[in-house]
This record gives sequence, C-alpha cells and structure tokens, in this order.
Amino acid sequence: MLKIKDLHASVDDKEILRGINLEIKAGEVHAIMGPNGSGKSTLASVIAGNERFEVTQGSIELSGEDLEEVSPEERAHKGVFLSFQYPVEIPGVSVTNFMKTAINESRKARGLEDMPAKDMLKLIREKSELLEIDRKFLSRSLNEGFSGGEKKRNEIFQMAMLEPKVAILDETDSGLDIDALRIVASGVNKLKSKDNAVILITHYQRLLEYIVPDFVHVLHNGKIVKSGGKELALELEEKGYDWLKQETAV
Amino acid sequence: MAYTEEELKKELETKEYEYGFYTDIESDTFPVGLSEEIVIAISKKKEEPEWMTLWRLEAFRIWESMEEPTWANVHYEKPDFQKISYYSAPKSADPNKTLDDVDPDLLEMYRKLGISVDEQKKLQNVAVDIVVDSVSVATTFKKTLAEKGIIFMPISEAIKEHPELVKKYIGSVVPQKDNFYAALNSAVFTDGSFCYIPKGVRCPMELSTYFRINQAGTGQFERTLLIADEDSYVSYLEGCTAPSRDENQLHAAVVELIALDGAEIKYSTVQNWFPGNSEGKGGVYNFVTKRAICEKNAKVSWTQVETGSAVTWKYPSCILKGDNSIGEFYSIAVTNNYQQADTGTKMVHLGKNTKSTIISKGISAGKSQNSYRGLVQVNSRADGARNFSQCDSLLMGNECGAHTFPYIEAKNKTAMIEHEATTSKIGEDQIFYCNQRGIPTEKAIALIVNGFSKEVLNKLPMEFAVEAQKLLEISLEGSVG
Ligand SMILES: Nc1ncnc2c1ncn2[C@@H]1O[C@H](COP(=O)(O)OP(=O)(O)O)[C@@H](O)[C@H]1O
Ligand SMILES: [Mg+2]
Repeated sequence: MLKIKDLHASVDDKEILRGINLEIKAGEVHAIMGPNGSGKSTLASVIAGNERFEVTQGSIELSGEDLEEVSPEERAHKGVFLSFQYPVEIPGVSVTNFMKTAINESRKARGLEDMPAKDMLKLIREKSELLEIDRKFLSRSLNEGFSGGEKKRNEIFQMAMLEPKVAILDETDSGLDIDALRIVASGVNKLKSKDNAVILITHYQRLLEYIVPDFVHVLHNGKIVKSGGKELALELEEKGYDWLKQETAV
Repeated sequence: MAYTEEELKKELETKEYEYGFYTDIESDTFPVGLSEEIVIAISKKKEEPEWMTLWRLEAFRIWESMEEPTWANVHYEKPDFQKISYYSAPKSADPNKTLDDVDPDLLEMYRKLGISVDEQKKLQNVAVDIVVDSVSVATTFKKTLAEKGIIFMPISEAIKEHPELVKKYIGSVVPQKDNFYAALNSAVFTDGSFCYIPKGVRCPMELSTYFRINQAGTGQFERTLLIADEDSYVSYLEGCTAPSRDENQLHAAVVELIALDGAEIKYSTVQNWFPGNSEGKGGVYNFVTKRAICEKNAKVSWTQVETGSAVTWKYPSCILKGDNSIGEFYSIAVTNNYQQADTGTKMVHLGKNTKSTIISKGISAGKSQNSYRGLVQVNSRADGARNFSQCDSLLMGNECGAHTFPYIEAKNKTAMIEHEATTSKIGEDQIFYCNQRGIPTEKAIALIVNGFSKEVLNKLPMEFAVEAQKLLEISLEGSVG
C-alpha cells in the first residue's frame, strides 16, 4: 500500500532523512521507534507532503502511485492521515465546522456533493461515541485551550471521521492518561481493517500493548537501523537505544 | 462550447473583482467642477424647498474655508475636487414608476450584483432601497412598512414629503462644519436613504440599502438619516459595491443615526467598493462620516465588514448622551495588495452609567496597511461609564502592516476602561494542518480568517453574515504565494 524507497529529505539544507526504506501492506500495523531527534516526525511530515521539507532523493508510492507531484491536500484525499505530535490551534473554528469543511473538500475532490447535514450529524454522533467524546467538546474552537490529552483524542476523532487508508499516529500516546489511552487504542483497533494500514510512532512500549504491531522499526539518525517483530519493542524498552547506536556505529 | 478570447478575458477580470463590470445606462451627468452654481443646480434638479438649498449653500461656504485632513495613516493622491462631476442620475430613473418598468439594463445590473429586485421582492423580511450612483431607483416593501407608520424612502423624497422631520434632524448629529468631507457631502449630496420608526414600533424586517458607483468620474455623496423614536427598534443593512476602473472614484457619505429614549438601532455595513487592482491602480476613496446619538436608555450597534476601497477613512461613532445608553462597534477590516484602511470608532460618554464595547478585527495581506484608531472619551459628568475595547490584528505575509492607535480621554474618576490588543500571524503550520485534512490553502485561509472574525460575523444578520464570509474569501484570494 505504502512503499518508501531510499528516501532522503532535508530542511534548510540540513539532511534529516538519509535513505529510508519501508514497505507497508494493507492490514498491517507498523511501529516506528527511536530516540528524540532521530527523524520520526520528519518522516511523518514528508509522507504527508509538508513542503517545508525537501525530498532530495528516493520516492514514496501510495497504492502504486508516485506521490512526488501530489499536494498535501490531494494526499489527504487519497487517504493519507497524520495525527500530529503537536496539533495546532485554530481559534474561532469549531471542531464540527473544521470536520465538515474537511469532509466536504474531500468529497468535492471526488466529484461528490456536500454531505447532507443529516448524514454529517449521524457520522459525528457515531464517531464521537466511539471515542467517548462529549458533544460539547465539538463546539469548542479547534485545539484552543485543549489539554494535551484532549488534543490527541481529537486527532483520533478526526481520523475516525475521515476513515483514511494510511494513518500515521505521531506520539499519540504521549499526554494521554491510562484511561484515555485505552479509549484511543480501542478506537484505533475498531477502525483497523484488512484494507487500511497504521503507522505508530512512539517512544513507549505501553501503547503497543493495546495496539499490537506486526513490525517494529528503529529509526536513528534518519535511517532505519533495525526492524523486527513486536518483541523488538520490549527489547528496546529494557535496553534503551544505546546498544543500537553502538551497533550501527560499527 | 469553446470560450472566445473575449469571454475568457471577461471572466478573468470578474474573478479579480467580482463586481467589476460596468453597466451602460444612459445617464444624466453634470459638468465637472464645484461652485455655488453647481450646488444650486443640484438642489434645483432635485426640486428641493428653499431651506434645503440654503442649507447646502451654507455647507459649501464652510467647505471652501476648510482644508483636507492629513492626519490619518493613509497616503494617496488628493482628489481634484474640480475634476469630479457632482451629479449623475441614470436617465431612466423615475420615482413614479413601478418595479415592472425599471430599465432592463438596471435590472441586469442588480442581477449581477446578486440583488435582483425581483428576487429581493420575494426575499422575506428585507426591504431594499437601491442607490445607483446618486438617485434612488427602487424602493420595495413600502406598503408593509407604511402600515406600521414606518417611513423608508430616498432622502430626496423625504425632503419633500416629510420636511419637518428632515429639517429637525439633518445635521443634528453630523453638522455641516464637522469635517472636510462632511461639509462637502452636505453641499452636494444627491441621494441616500431616510428612515423613521415611530414610537414603540419594532420594525418587522431588516431595512436595506444597496449603494453602487457606476458612472465614470462621479463621486458618490449619499446621505442617510435614520431616526428611531422612543422605544422603537430597527435593524438596518447597508451594502456597497463599485465597478472597477482605472481612475480613483470618490465616495464621501454621511450617515446620521438618532436613537431617542429607549430606542435600539443596529446598523450593519458590508462594504466592498473596488479596492484597486493588484498593482494598486484605481479603486475607491472612501471617506465616510457615520455618527449616532443615543438618548436615555438607547442603544446603537455599528457592525461593519470592510473589504473594499483603495483608501478608507471611516470612524462610526456613538455619542452616549442619555444616561444608561449603550454604544457598540464591531468591525472587520480586510486589506490586501495596496489597500490602506484607517478605521475605528469614537465613543463619547456624556451620560451616567453609559457603556461602550469595541471589538475590532483587522486582517492585512499583501502590501496593505491596516490601522485601527479609536477614541474613548469620558466626560466629567459621566459617572459609572464603562468601556471595553479589544483590537485584534491578523497578518498574512511579511509586507503588510497593522497599527493600533487607542486614545483614551477620561475626565471622570469612576470610569472603567479596559483595552486589549493582540497581533497574530497565519502560520505555515496552521495551513499545513488544514491541508493535511484535505483542505486546500485558499479555503484554509478563509477558514482561519472566518474563525478570527467570528465574534463580529456573529453580530451580523444571517443573510449578511453569509455574504460577508464569501467576501472575506474573495478579497483574500491569491494573498498567499
Ligand atoms: N522545521 C524544521 N526546521 C529545522 N530543523 C528541523 C525541523 N523539523 C525537524 N528538524 C530537525 O530534524 C531533526 C529530526 O526531528 P524530528 O523529525 O522532529 O525528530 P523526532 O520526531 O524523531 O523526535 C531534529 O534535529 C530537528 O531539530
Ligand atoms: Mg517527533
């Protein structure tokens, strides 16, 4: 579904991603771990098409299509979703209005009419229940004054509304208490199917107890230095990243 | 069918300024220049009584002795007042005609404006008085209003039909000598709306005027006089557009509102006079004096969405004369390309326990300059006066400017005055966030700007709010590279 080949990307002439190879098939869950500053968020941004970063080499393919010339909004329309590590605030724009705009823009891109208000309401009701979100929350300004946990839960609510093909969750677990983590994880699990894929970016093994990955990759200095099954996450939790850094230095 | 070169060009032009077409109607235009003779000729043309002619002449003499103000934070080539024609009426205008015999070209123009009279007739709760250039061509809903004793008509008719009201109130809030442009307007105004709401009457519909400058080289000097008698209520809408032209057009209006004891007036404006093209050529000079007087327990709210004009100079104000009276000012001012806006408000607290609220949202893009200038004045006798002001600026890009000039003059120790100001920028991260959710950049900006302006948009009547949102979108089109 998503195929990344020898991906290099830089910002302000500083190379951050230095040759990433990754293949993700429909129905799979991949976890990406690695120390701070190793390039995890950058990878997520580049997949989503953030033009702040320049792709200097390599390619990203979604369902066989090269994304090089595809704008961020078109990538979204094709089913790429990013749950941001630091979601931004948009004062005065309610969560509902934002979602309505997003959904209708995606529909427009597919040549469809706006979603009828009745269907929109039904969808909102269904997805907010899935994530145990209070309806009052939906009338608040997007992310403005939200707690860290509320922001993350709102990201997953948006994911549920948009039903993406490839969802990248960038440290969605940080800032969540254990109850919220359970709700969010069970939401993600319910949305998972054989037709979509999930990339989990995380520091902690904790999230992976709830959403079990098929593969775990370790990113260090802009490269994937080790890949394995879910047991790799446990190993990392135990030993930290230093042994890997040494191993790759050799 | 394939586009012809011509059609394509036209469409591209209208995209730049949606209302930038020019309707070719025969019109009756005075020679350029201003003199006592011209003032008398205007008055004669309008078949005015002598007192009105004299009032105009007095204004003209005052104007001659005045200098154009230079203190606003705007820079422009001063209009040459001898090169403007002071009267232009569509030839086919005739107040006795019914709507059905209105010039088809005029109707076409309304259609392009999106305010076809036909449609407006069907539109519930909106009575429209349309001023094209300087003469009021069609007034709808007159009958429904008449049943309640409400008078809503072109001011030129009111001068003849209700001279006692006009004579009593015209110039009572904005005297002829108030300022350079007000004096000019008093001398040469050609039309505008007049409205009177009797005691205790709630006007059952929104009253609306649509102004439009059509003729080349004409200035529009309309005069609006609105009187809300004791305990009455009215909501009034004013919309403005002008066709795009290379030369600058002058617009110098005067609006006077009188809210008697316990009355409430809501006055909303959506202004998108032609702002000039993307290189700063052409556009309307908008120099407007708007002022309200509030008697005891009266309330006046000014709400405005300003997206147009090359140069705007405008400060809707409230004189809170009566005890417990309330003045409100809600404003969104958008500037793009080379536009310059210097707007704000004046709240003058004279009565006891008077209250005022000012919410100003300035949005600047391109190379534009957007200034807020506000004055809160508390008189020594105005015990318990309160003001709250909030001025927020939103910047797009690095070449535009936002300026805030809040002035406070408090002569009473019990006054409570609060002022808050913020400046923010639309961030790349906000745009990317929207993009990532499938929202293209232009739409994202519209969303962010609408969110920023929400407190003010919410104050507009429903139909107007929708139009205002669209306007914000149009006026910021192409403002991000
Ligand atoms: N917009 C940016 N401008 C400059 N440097 C950046 C930018 N984004 C990320 N970086 C740098 O790239 C490196 C990787 O950052 P990031 O992808 O956020 O890492 P991680 O998510 O793994 O913690 C860091 O050194 C960071 O400082
Ligand atoms: Mg990160």
